[in-house]
Amino acid sequence: MKNQPSTEQGNDAPDAEPVAQPPASGRRAPVRAQSTRRKFIRSAFMVGGVLGLAMLGYIPVASASRSRLRPPGALEESDLLSSCIKCGQCVQVCPVAAIRLDDMASGFGLGVPYIDARAQACDFSCDAVQCILACPTGSLTYRKPASLATRAGMPLAHAPVLKAKEMDAEPTLNLAERIGVARLSRPDACLAVQGRSFSGLARGADHLGRLRDVAVDRWKPIALRDHPYERDLCNLCVSECPIKDAITMNETIAEDGSKHYRPQVLEQCVGCGVCEMICPVDPAAIVVEPRQPWRA
Amino acid sequence: MSQLEGLRVMFGAAPRKPVVVTPEAKQVHSLKRMTKADFEALKQHARDHNLVTHKWRNRRWAVLLLVNLLFTFSFWLDIQMLEGALTASRLVGFHLIDLNSALQVMLAHKHIIVNLFIGTATVFVIWALLGGRSFCSWVCPYHLLAEWFEWLHLVLVARKRVSDHEFHRGVRAVFWVVFALLAMSTGYTVFETLSPTGILSRALIYGPSLALGWVLLLLVFEVVYSRRAWCRYVCPIGLTYGMVGSISPLRIEYRLEKCFHEGDCRKVCLVPHVLDVVIKGRAAALHTPIGPDCTRCGLCVDVCPSGALVFTVKGLDRLL
Repeated sequence: MKNQPSTEQGNDAPDAEPVAQPPASGRRAPVRAQSTRRKFIRSAFMVGGVLGLAMLGYIPVASASRSRLRPPGALEESDLLSSCIKCGQCVQVCPVAAIRLDDMASGFGLGVPYIDARAQACDFSCDAVQCILACPTGSLTYRKPASLATRAGMPLAHAPVLKAKEMDAEPTLNLAERIGVARLSRPDACLAVQGRSFSGLARGADHLGRLRDVAVDRWKPIALRDHPYERDLCNLCVSECPIKDAITMNETIAEDGSKHYRPQVLEQCVGCGVCEMICPVDPAAIVVEPRQPWRA
Repeated sequence: MSQLEGLRVMFGAAPRKPVVVTPEAKQVHSLKRMTKADFEALKQHARDHNLVTHKWRNRRWAVLLLVNLLFTFSFWLDIQMLEGALTASRLVGFHLIDLNSALQVMLAHKHIIVNLFIGTATVFVIWALLGGRSFCSWVCPYHLLAEWFEWLHLVLVARKRVSDHEFHRGVRAVFWVVFALLAMSTGYTVFETLSPTGILSRALIYGPSLALGWVLLLLVFEVVYSRRAWCRYVCPIGLTYGMVGSISPLRIEYRLEKCFHEGDCRKVCLVPHVLDVVIKGRAAALHTPIGPDCTRCGLCVDVCPSGALVFTVKGLDRLL
């Protein structure tokens, strides 16, 4: 190898990337300027396109096209959407897999947890509201900061007593607000209102829902499709409700002496949706109205 | 490349020739002005001793798959090692929160609880040590998919079926600012709606979603129109981690004396502007750390036939 004396340093840093075009006058500059201009326009279009697509996510939110039932302890909807980091840790801890993550059709709601109560309600099989415990950002919370909004009718009068824990030293759930409220939406379809009995599988052999039954196993929710019910008067929404004093069967005696029945939702209803899941009528005669306050 | 210059380039500016060149570097530059025959002989010599491998790529793919599968199996098999998704998780109980997701949530919600802060701080420390944008190439599931589709893009380019359309790299900084402002003003984590990183991570753990269609659309766009467009020009996660990586001791280092200026490294690089220093005459010193926008993916280390690019840890030279 030839060692050149290092005297030619005045000419260091030569241009390594040879320019493809001939350095002819007048031609080069416009081509380069044109390509720079094209690149700039292309970039501007991309910024507009990506941001436009992103903002499309506002449409489903603004039109409130779906009113989702959120997991227990969820903040008010707008606070939930701003604080949820979409990690699904709440999904992972739920023993009955009631919580799912929303899809792109919900716009900014993508990845935010919800409960489809008819398919699988929150039955508090976890005892301690595990999803709240798992949430890293406080989207689901036991006690929300005073600065965040609370609507009238959302706070519960007192901590709800979990029927499954009634014999425990601490029978209540750490839950300050309801996530919705149940309503007998189709009283004419209700078996109890019709004075009818019910026997068999509440939701048929294909339903995948599970429900805690302390009489069977406190820690292992049973599959509804394996567990037939036998009732002279259908009262599944009342008997299977996990919360004490949240729903009752009203009995009235008419002038002719005949007895009439009607499930009545009480103020302690937290909106868990078990009544909606268990209702054997299709579509359900009783449903949870997501995020709705208690109205006397 | 100086720290400041590296940051400048990361935010979209074109790399500049150095003003000050050390005497040693000048000497090497001038030594390299030799006859073509000398140069070819030297090159062949170096090639014989340094066969191109896929060592770092294979290690990286293994780590990436392992991390993402750990998320998946923690849920599926209920082994509870790494619960959650890439946006936020718990590693055997310790909170980990993605920096960009945390930023979006903090800006949108304007209320920071302790767990969010702890998780964010932990992840900041981890990636400050491990190289910042190494998150992109060693963990992000979209990076892997995009890498595979990039191969398809390059095949099509070689056959002249498609061509690469470049954008101005500065738009990524624009996106970063706009997404931050949108989170703050609208109160929604707007970027998360589009983020293929979050969408893919959740799909791997909780099952497929319609949102995967968007990811596929992005990949198709990258194949037929613009090489690695999302990672190069859009993703604010990359810029966030790039800023963290600017203080990281783990980086790729360029060794001028071993370089033959063949440019193979720039051809495989996701962010070739960080390798501006390898152009003949551009290196200001014998050893130059590659800038903060580097994802530490190691493709250049693998492809360099003469060992001029190596992983180093500042203060622990030649450890790796």
